[in-house]
Amino acid sequence: MTPIIELENVDFGYVPGELTLEQVNLTVNSGESGCIVGPNGGGKSTLLKLFLGLVQPTRGKVRLFGGSPEAGRRRVGYMPQYHLLDRVFPITVFEVVLTGRMTSWLPFWYSGADRRAAHRALEEIGMVRLADRPFSSLSGGQRQRVLIARALACEPELLLLDEPTANIDPGAEEQFYGLLDELRKRMTVLTVSHDLGFVNREVDSVICVNRRVVKHRAADFSAETADAVYHHHVGLIQHDHSCFCHCGDKHHV
Amino acid sequence: MFEWWNELCAPELGFLRYAMLLGVLAAPALGVVGTMVVTRRISSLAGASAHAALGGVGLALYLQRVCLWKFCTPELGAVFGALVAALVVGIVSLSAREREDTVIGVVWALGMALGLLFLDRTPGYVDWQGYLFGNILLVSRTELYLTIALDAAVLLPLVFFYNRLLAVSFDSTFAQLRGVRATAIYLTLLALTALTIVLLMNVVGIILVIAMLTLPAAIAGFFARHLWSTMLMSCVLSAVFVVAGLLLSYFCQLPSGPAIVVLAGAVYLLALILRRKRRA
Repeated sequence: MTPIIELENVDFGYVPGELTLEQVNLTVNSGESGCIVGPNGGGKSTLLKLFLGLVQPTRGKVRLFGGSPEAGRRRVGYMPQYHLLDRVFPITVFEVVLTGRMTSWLPFWYSGADRRAAHRALEEIGMVRLADRPFSSLSGGQRQRVLIARALACEPELLLLDEPTANIDPGAEEQFYGLLDELRKRMTVLTVSHDLGFVNREVDSVICVNRRVVKHRAADFSAETADAVYHHHVGLIQHDHSCFCHCGDKHHV
Repeated sequence: MFEWWNELCAPELGFLRYAMLLGVLAAPALGVVGTMVVTRRISSLAGASAHAALGGVGLALYLQRVCLWKFCTPELGAVFGALVAALVVGIVSLSAREREDTVIGVVWALGMALGLLFLDRTPGYVDWQGYLFGNILLVSRTELYLTIALDAAVLLPLVFFYNRLLAVSFDSTFAQLRGVRATAIYLTLLALTALTIVLLMNVVGIILVIAMLTLPAAIAGFFARHLWSTMLMSCVLSAVFVVAGLLLSYFCQLPSGPAIVVLAGAVYLLALILRRKRRA
């Protein structure tokens, strides 16, 4: 198991003297699937930005694929929250997905292989028939799925999904979870979610973020103790909102 | 029936034909840059840059006539003022330390005020109204050549970097992750915007620059589904607006700058209403 993401004693704050994340030590291994949970404003999205080198740690070290985040981020498929993007930008679904094929050395035009990869990604997400629609004409859930397709078009080794279920259309939820299970077999998938039903799914680890970051191995619970403990744990995280604030602060489940 | 056509072909109307030619030649740069200004929502940045251009004009005329620096032409001053303003606001908005709209307001007002102060202290006659409201009817051959140069400066990079531009404009964070130099592209866009603004100063004047940058692209945005088709449509629209506005101003004896902009504004409103109806 090679580590994909390593954070060593990382502090980060947007404003000097005010830390958003403190004393973060975290390792995510290749093939591991994880769910990043925590209260709003706890630093979940900031953690993703640190992984990708979009923000620099105030202290400590971040490594992505064993090197700098800037060098490693081309191997990452990143899906931001769709509402951060311009609602009315003139672009079609297919054009959005094609931007996932962008590289620093793209020779001005996308190749046939790029187009096929974008098409495959749309197929995977079940949106091929919307390929020529304007992005602005889609519903929130559809836009979110297009952004997942764009992340898949990168053919990533690590997939980072920021709140993928926040706006998913009710009918598409099960299908979407199925897709995620498929993807977890192929690549390392980290999902940010405040939707705690997510934790129930087949993930290897749960990463609690609330200024401090604590990783719980989902497997440890089921292996060591009986199902009851596992369920108890999940139940706690699911129903008691104070729980992960708690576990985030006290390193305790 | 063709009397008006014959009238237009009269030799003494060379200035009007020149002005129309300039409008058509300026259309590619206008349409492309205008589309970027509208889709990236930097129209107030463009406004600040336009007003700072006047500051540059004032400074250049002062240096030319008081300090006798002959190379300081008003055009050079305008380019300097517009560029500095656009890049200052752009860099501030990238670093996100200050409120962007406040900085825009400061640059806007300061540029204009400095320009008027310098012009006040500059001896001799200065047609400052020409800068504010445009003097397209006094277009010279040099300006036509400069316009063609600007078109080349805008269109050549566009052909080669269209996909990057599209990716950066839609989602600059994601594009950056894919290895696109988002900051470099943004600053290039700002520089081209400043140059286009200076060119437009001659067509409709500083006050109405924002209208000509935004209206054609905004109308095109109602109908186009791609970035490139928005650009193409706003190129055509800006050429049509300048030519039709000039005809209107000639036949109705109206000032040319306002005539062009009012025409464009009327079409915008019409398009807005049509779209509402179609949706309803």
